[in-house]
Amino acid sequence: MAEPAAFVPPRGPAFWRNPRVRAVAFQVVALVLVLWFFWTIFDNTMTNMESRGITTGFGFLDNTAGFGILFSLIPYDETNTYGRTFIVGLLNTLLVSGLGILFATIIGFILGVARLSPNWLIAKMALVYIEITRNIPLLLQIFFWYFAVLRTLPGPRQSLEFPLGSFLNNRGLYAPAPLVEPSFWAVVLTFFAAIAGAVALLRWAKKRQDATGQRFPAWPVSLAMVVGLPLALFWIIGAPVLWDMPELKGFNFKGGMRLIPEFIALWLALTLYTAAFIGEIVRSGIQAVSHGQTEASQALGLKRGQTLRLIVIPQALRVIIPPLTSQYLNLTKNSSLATAIGYPDLVSVFMGTTLNQTGQAVEIVAMTMAVYMTISLSISLFMNLYNRAVALKER
Amino acid sequence: MAETPTQGAPSETFKPIAPRPPPRNAVGPLRWMRENLFSSPLNVILTLIGVYLIWLIVPPFIDWALLSADFTGTSADDCASDGACWVFIGRRFDFFIYGFYPDAERWRVDIMFVMLAAFLVPQFIPGFPAQGRKWLGIFGLTLFPVIAGALLLGGVFGLPFIETGKWGGLMLTLVLSYVGIVAALPIGTLLALGRRSSMPVIRTICVTFIELWRGVPLISVLFMASVMLPLFLPEGVNFDKLLRALIGIVMFQSAYMAEVIRGGLQGIPKGQYEAASALGLGYWRSTALIILPQALKMVIPGIVNTFIALFKDTTLVLIIGLFDILGTVQAAIVDPAWGRVAVEGYVFAAFCFWIFCFGMSRYSQGLERKLHTGHQR
Repeated sequence: MAEPAAFVPPRGPAFWRNPRVRAVAFQVVALVLVLWFFWTIFDNTMTNMESRGITTGFGFLDNTAGFGILFSLIPYDETNTYGRTFIVGLLNTLLVSGLGILFATIIGFILGVARLSPNWLIAKMALVYIEITRNIPLLLQIFFWYFAVLRTLPGPRQSLEFPLGSFLNNRGLYAPAPLVEPSFWAVVLTFFAAIAGAVALLRWAKKRQDATGQRFPAWPVSLAMVVGLPLALFWIIGAPVLWDMPELKGFNFKGGMRLIPEFIALWLALTLYTAAFIGEIVRSGIQAVSHGQTEASQALGLKRGQTLRLIVIPQALRVIIPPLTSQYLNLTKNSSLATAIGYPDLVSVFMGTTLNQTGQAVEIVAMTMAVYMTISLSISLFMNLYNRAVALKER
Repeated sequence: MAETPTQGAPSETFKPIAPRPPPRNAVGPLRWMRENLFSSPLNVILTLIGVYLIWLIVPPFIDWALLSADFTGTSADDCASDGACWVFIGRRFDFFIYGFYPDAERWRVDIMFVMLAAFLVPQFIPGFPAQGRKWLGIFGLTLFPVIAGALLLGGVFGLPFIETGKWGGLMLTLVLSYVGIVAALPIGTLLALGRRSSMPVIRTICVTFIELWRGVPLISVLFMASVMLPLFLPEGVNFDKLLRALIGIVMFQSAYMAEVIRGGLQGIPKGQYEAASALGLGYWRSTALIILPQALKMVIPGIVNTFIALFKDTTLVLIIGLFDILGTVQAAIVDPAWGRVAVEGYVFAAFCFWIFCFGMSRYSQGLERKLHTGHQR
């Protein structure tokens, strides 16, 4: 009897063909390459900075800046530090992007609904607006508003007059500034209290409707609360706001508040440009809700307004929110085009003037990029939270 | 049917009277207007507002741009009327197209334009043979950039060397956006593959790269390319401004391209990967032969949209001192010899961009409809 042949395990592939070995090798090589790349850059930068006599570090932030800034939300003058210029630029960026996002959203939603209007003329007008605006570069639009419109306005003596005592001329928009007395804060406080009350009321009404089926006109009541209570208090304590009106004195306006043309041009262009994109997003979001949903809700006897509010909009929002987020991010990043017309935003003040004066390229670029990354991440975080709230809840 | 005499007298057959015409407001333009413009009180108001707005904007614009505009002449003196001074655009047209490129050498740019049109136009003609379209496309992505680069830059084959500082106008806009897209495609594809890789180190590197570039504005990337790149390089090494801008644009664009392509990769069913492995194809071969051809085809509309965004974004290079088409317009309108021609200049530049971008977006919408085979209502 022959001995049974000893079991010889099949030989696996050679070790360089083993996927696991390969994966580790690839990753090690990639890591080494990346580290080597960064080390080379770091080394070169250090050598170059040394030969140019630039000291590294963030000490320069405490040095006196010595240059003026056209427009600032916080008190600033030449004697302040570079650290303060950073804050000024950051606030200006946040101001123009915040206002831009607010108005672009409003105009964008109007455009999106207008695109789907049964009124042929309105739908076509919205279409023409969107197709013109979004196919022309933003920078060109900013230049148009700044150089071709606002800069060619007449001087202060021939200002265009607007309602409520505002004036527009080539130095900007002059509007009445509110001078607030301390008792006004009571009105503000009431306003926020009313909002909190309205939220509670809405919750209670929904709970009761879910439980008993009884409806309560929660929306009109809460609206009356939010608008009415502060207004009533405002009148009772005797309108504690004085208006500082702009007045023509000599060659310029005194008093009031002034919005510089750079700000107006940037804000207008950002708003109108982004609104076109938001309009298309809103339109496709509404169209994404299947027609069967509308028909079903009509079959259930819901009115047109209810169909829109209870069926279409909640479902459309799911489609709208993610691309809307990226439009908000785009708007914030695009606000850096301020540099081109001299609105003192972060890039213009910090990456422009401050960098030119100090030469601290690495620190300044890193700080600026970090700011934009932070803004981007927080907007997407916030919108993701909101998105989770409206997302489809599946069992 | 012919009537036979046996079927009774003709007077007895039923003869319907001719239908009455529908009411006048139920047919033709009146009906259309009733349904589309005046269907409800709200719509009546909206229509009236719309008509008023159009009345406010369109006639003055036509009057300015056409009726009372000046088309012929040679200098600012010929622009005496209130309307647009198109003479200015006519006189500076060459500058807007070629920038500072020397007069005698502009035929080189023209050849580049012709080649570009020669392989781009067939891509948009539906009846063109698919095989020819494919080879023209491959030519455009590989050989064309090399030929065009040699042609424009010169210094070879006896062509005089033209430094990139003299490039400008529409030509520079096209160079920037074309190089941006052609270079970003392969880098973006690799990044997208890396982002979906199962190796954690590769994935982390790719995700960091993509999110870093996507999180910052292009302006700061261009600033970085022009200010920091010289710091990063060993001493004595330096390259020209256009190349630095291009590096910035390509890096920025590849990150966006990677996200578009990732969308396509995610759309490929898992069965395709498994089938490829079952056939014994390794990673690279299954990716190159099975996955990418399907994924890339799916995201062509997305790629075109990215290209449109890039095309508009190339205007930003004027901030770091390059003269693209907007840069040349901006330089020309401040010429005191011409007076106030800013609006004309901007309208011209806007029209150039609009033609390109609108054409491309129509193309990508058409593709989307062709590729989209879901339920439509």
